[in-house]
Amino acid sequence: MNDLVVQTECGLWCEAGGFYVDPWRPVPRAVVTHAHADHAIPGCGRYLATAGTIALMRSRMPGEIEADIPAFGERVRLGRTTVSLHPAGHVLGSAQVRIEPDDGGPVWVITGDYKVEPDPSCEAFEVVPCDVLLTESTFGLPIYRWEDPAKVFEDINGWWRSNAAEGRTTVLLTYSLGKAQRVLAGLDASNGPIGVHGAVLGPTGVYRDAGIKLPEVMHADAQHAKDLKGPGLILTPPSASGTAWLRKFKGPGGIRTAFVSGWMRVRGRRRWQSVDRGFTLSDHADWDGLLDTVRRSGARRVGVTHGSSETLARYLRESMGLDSFVVPTRFTGEGGDETETGGED
Amino acid sequence: MRRFTRLFMDLDATTATGDKLALLEAYFRGADPADAAWAVALLTGNRPKGAASTNALRDLALEVTSLPGWLIGECHAAVGDLSETIALLLPEPERTTDEPLHRTMEARVLPLMGAKEDTKRAIIRDAWAVFDADERLVYHKLIRGGFRLGVQKRLVTRALANIAGVEHDVMAHRLVGAFVPSAANYERLLNGEGDDDQHARAYPFFLAHPLEGEASALGGLSDWAAEWKWDGIRAQLIKRGGEVTLWSRGEELIAHQFPEIIAAAQQLYEGTVLDGEVLLWRDDRPLPFAALQSRLNRKVAPTHQMSLFDETRAVLVAYDLLESDGEDWRGRVFADRRRRLEAVIRSLDGETIRLSPLVDAGTWDELGSLQESARERGAEGLMLKHRGSVYGVGRTKPGDTPGWFKWKVDPYTVDAVLTAAQPGSGRRASLYTDYTFGVWDRSGEKPKLVTFAKAYSGLEQDEIERLDRWIRKHTTSKSGPFRQVETVQVFELGFEGLQESRRHKSGIAVRFPRILRWRTDKTAAEADTIETLHALLRAHTG
Repeated sequence: MNDLVVQTECGLWCEAGGFYVDPWRPVPRAVVTHAHADHAIPGCGRYLATAGTIALMRSRMPGEIEADIPAFGERVRLGRTTVSLHPAGHVLGSAQVRIEPDDGGPVWVITGDYKVEPDPSCEAFEVVPCDVLLTESTFGLPIYRWEDPAKVFEDINGWWRSNAAEGRTTVLLTYSLGKAQRVLAGLDASNGPIGVHGAVLGPTGVYRDAGIKLPEVMHADAQHAKDLKGPGLILTPPSASGTAWLRKFKGPGGIRTAFVSGWMRVRGRRRWQSVDRGFTLSDHADWDGLLDTVRRSGARRVGVTHGSSETLARYLRESMGLDSFVVPTRFTGEGGDETETGGED
Repeated sequence: MRRFTRLFMDLDATTATGDKLALLEAYFRGADPADAAWAVALLTGNRPKGAASTNALRDLALEVTSLPGWLIGECHAAVGDLSETIALLLPEPERTTDEPLHRTMEARVLPLMGAKEDTKRAIIRDAWAVFDADERLVYHKLIRGGFRLGVQKRLVTRALANIAGVEHDVMAHRLVGAFVPSAANYERLLNGEGDDDQHARAYPFFLAHPLEGEASALGGLSDWAAEWKWDGIRAQLIKRGGEVTLWSRGEELIAHQFPEIIAAAQQLYEGTVLDGEVLLWRDDRPLPFAALQSRLNRKVAPTHQMSLFDETRAVLVAYDLLESDGEDWRGRVFADRRRRLEAVIRSLDGETIRLSPLVDAGTWDELGSLQESARERGAEGLMLKHRGSVYGVGRTKPGDTPGWFKWKVDPYTVDAVLTAAQPGSGRRASLYTDYTFGVWDRSGEKPKLVTFAKAYSGLEQDEIERLDRWIRKHTTSKSGPFRQVETVQVFELGFEGLQESRRHKSGIAVRFPRILRWRTDKTAAEADTIETLHALLRAHTG
């Protein structure tokens, strides 16, 4: 029997529906889970994605984007299938793709990237029952378990406060789409002014337009440097770390940099980034989140992709008795970096 | 335990020496003396050894987490450190504790030693129930006996010196020997006990600049003195107050490891300080550095192991005189210091403390050909010292004319093939950065690669990342974190010396191997052979 969805040169292909999911080359028909650059590529004939995803894509990509924009849960006919999108909790608009074939065969769900924790900056994750689940596994090792995000934000705000008291400018390195807005939503704006890198401005505007409540920010440019020096906090993608631009904001007590990412759970990664602090906050599911999602989906077969695929697939097979398989990704590196799989600039 | 864990994490997060120093000072200032005493002991390497084995910890973690062993192995490969891996895998604690460090040591670390397995397991499980992931990591490091903080002893010494308001050397001297952690000993450390410790103070070492360009550009040869540059331990030998001390350039006291030098130095006059190189000598030439290293690593009092020393004799090759008759000579010119040094050495019996000979040549060219022969004499090159220069502090400031130059011979190089790789540890745990290299053995019917060196430095960051990706895609077999790769990539390796070794398949061990260049222009077949290495070895050992 042929699988409903198979991996091809261009990405995941559903023949019955005549579409690709998150293709990595331009194709006529693309269903897109979310707006990160490694999932949403320009140049496809027609897209199907949520309103949030399309809005973010339009703000980031040149040219016209032709798209169908169903509501979450709305059933759409594509070829000989019915497709619906369900919240993935990864970033604004992120969705899981449920595909039900007309022939009565197994229902598939492709999670895309997801997290199960609460996040006020995007729609909350929902478990979607299915027969075959295709899950990501960015953090598919039991060493990755997230703390309560409220506690992490308490730490971030406390660190910012103590830096400000010493006249040190606080810099948070985050991905510009998604993580930056989630962090913004959790910052205590009474600590001081917040400045953002140009790359963060665009997506932040889209979030605001979508009704997400975020604190006031200023563009971190030369004009605002004097306000930000010392008490300020600057959100910037990691690529700007160590640049002359960033040094402009050095306060009287210096500058302190932290990386905000799930990888910060491991000490070696914190040191590798050479930052002063690492805050463990991820937009991907942790080990418990992955296993819980697999269990609650009720899937009999589980495909694993994007990350520690082999490890998680083996664990599901040997320790949970599930029929699991590995779906190879474009990136051959295992334990890949969020800069690869998170798709930022 | 919480404060000490925070200190560990903060020290780990910064690479700036100034920040580390500030963190240490803040910790000591705010610590209870009983805790501070333990922190001193732990940070200076006087830690309890082997309270629990790695395997015991791993087995207990398997039991507690009910994870399969292979999965813990995968996690270990991703983290690069088993103490940390287990710390991260365990469930969150049921309750927390604010107990002070000395309580943790007394209740959860020391009782492990010599305890029965069941007792050990109960103590460790109890600790796991109250410590969070960071505290567990530090706890594992404490009980596994592999505790390293990424701070040098000298930094801890400096922090304590600042708090006590004394010079670094004085504090270093107070810290000599095993520090027994108790509140009273900590107070004594800060307050001193009479000030005979002034006697032990060393001078800052004067450092040479590498010679770039032609030696003849330095001007008239007659202004310069040349000596062999030895590959030993730079050291200051001090005789004051009837006591002899020997300091390494790392500001470590190394007197215990070299008793024969201490014995010979008894003949020196009161108030003498010599600068020179500690070497192990056999017949007419020094032994390679590796031999010295095993000496350095010995911590046992030498009286018990004197026989070990009979095989090789340590000598101090003296090349400068910093103090004579209790007077500081550093402000005098090299020529004057040298004359006095010669007189001092002549007055000694025996050859343990000997004079670094001057290398005479009529012209720079002549000196150049002598320099090229350095390897045959067991030296790394020449030192050039201006006869009119004073003995400075550290390296000469940019812009000033350096008084001393080191003129090293080029390192040995070979082109070798990458055969395997494994992830680095610590900050490089997520990248394949520890490489194994082989050269061709063409003596058999089919040429095969024999491994002879590992290297993990010398590449640029982008090259490391590029190679990491290549390694992942071209793995031929895996064993734990270790990957055999397709034998395609050629690298030019440089090293400082080589010697016979039974540990390596090739029969040769190289010293300070490092990557000089990624030879993308060469194919594996063009790499060097084991015969090349043997030829170098013959030339090296003469």
